[in-house]
Amino acid sequence: MNTNTGSTPPSFDERLRAARDRQGLESAAKPEDARNGEPGDWGASPLGVGLRLGLELATALFLAIAIGWGLDRVFHTRPLFLVLFIPLGGAAGVLNIWRIYRPRPDRRAD
Amino acid sequence: MARAPDDDEGTWRVAADTGGGIDALGQFRLFTVFGPIGRSVNFTQANLMMCVAGAMILALIYYGMRPRALVPGRLQSAAEMAYDFVMSMCVDSVGPEGRRFFPFVFTLFLFLLIGNLLGVFPYFFTFTSHIATTFALALFVVIMVTVVALRAHGLHFFTYFFPAGVPVALAPLLIPIEILSYLSRIISLSVRLFANMMAGHVMLEVFGAFVVMLGAAGLLGIVPAAFAFGVNVILIGFELLVAVLQAYVFAILTCIYLHDAVHLH
Repeated sequence: MNTNTGSTPPSFDERLRAARDRQGLESAAKPEDARNGEPGDWGASPLGVGLRLGLELATALFLAIAIGWGLDRVFHTRPLFLVLFIPLGGAAGVLNIWRIYRPRPDRRAD
Repeated sequence: MARAPDDDEGTWRVAADTGGGIDALGQFRLFTVFGPIGRSVNFTQANLMMCVAGAMILALIYYGMRPRALVPGRLQSAAEMAYDFVMSMCVDSVGPEGRRFFPFVFTLFLFLLIGNLLGVFPYFFTFTSHIATTFALALFVVIMVTVVALRAHGLHFFTYFFPAGVPVALAPLLIPIEILSYLSRIISLSVRLFANMMAGHVMLEVFGAFVVMLGAAGLLGIVPAAFAFGVNVILIGFELLVAVLQAYVFAILTCIYLHDAVHLH
């Protein structure tokens, strides 16, 4: 109480922040805000990150196999489209992971 | 939509035919509710839980915001915090244009959050543990993102699949890869949520069955049964974390896709 004698009283925002700091609310809310829009970070644990990357790799390959198999079924060219799409699917999986971990200067700027 | 062939009380049947082993996947079996009316339109317990989740969200917003108090009560705080949280998520990851998509992301996030959290309660059903539900939502998200991108950029949107500065000779290789990567979002988005929810509930079921089996085994089984029970308690807490986190992840990924659609890269 003796801190603001003589000077202007602290604004409502400052007092609110100080009160929230005392209650430990502000610090709890901080990491949540910092994580927003930073796709490489959430998932927190190494296991979560690993599962996520594995999923990204596998889904593209799975989709490519499904498309290749479906096209082969339609055109009766059994191995052709499957052979064509499997490398593409693997590459798309790697591209997915690159999307997550590439440096993005624009994301922070805007 | 499978349904129990002969009786209304599918839960009883499922509980009865677990027999000797652990029927960990039986909990995901769908059965119809509301007797013959539900059976004729295949209204399952998953649909019922979706309606419950929707009603709970509407009730939260309606009754939460009705007092319009300057110093909010508990319910109003919950509604305001949800609003604030999703709004900052939209604006932070999409940019100022994110406000336009706020209603969609808010609905999506709360629907998944309430759905995931309801599933943790005993006797309740987790509709997000079915790939049909999550796939439909993910498909809707990706189609909407594509429509948003087409409306914002017109045919220019297709340069998304062929970035500037790449040799034209690489086009036959690069464009299929980019399109596959774009389409694989549908699967990764849906499988992430569905697999997380299903895996958690299977673990709960397995450890719950351990408690019963070991507890029935007599004095020697008491200690391991207590241990399995402890694991289950921890798993419930973990499930709560996963429920919130996966709803958040689904929503933030939707925002990131919207960011890509609005800004093209």
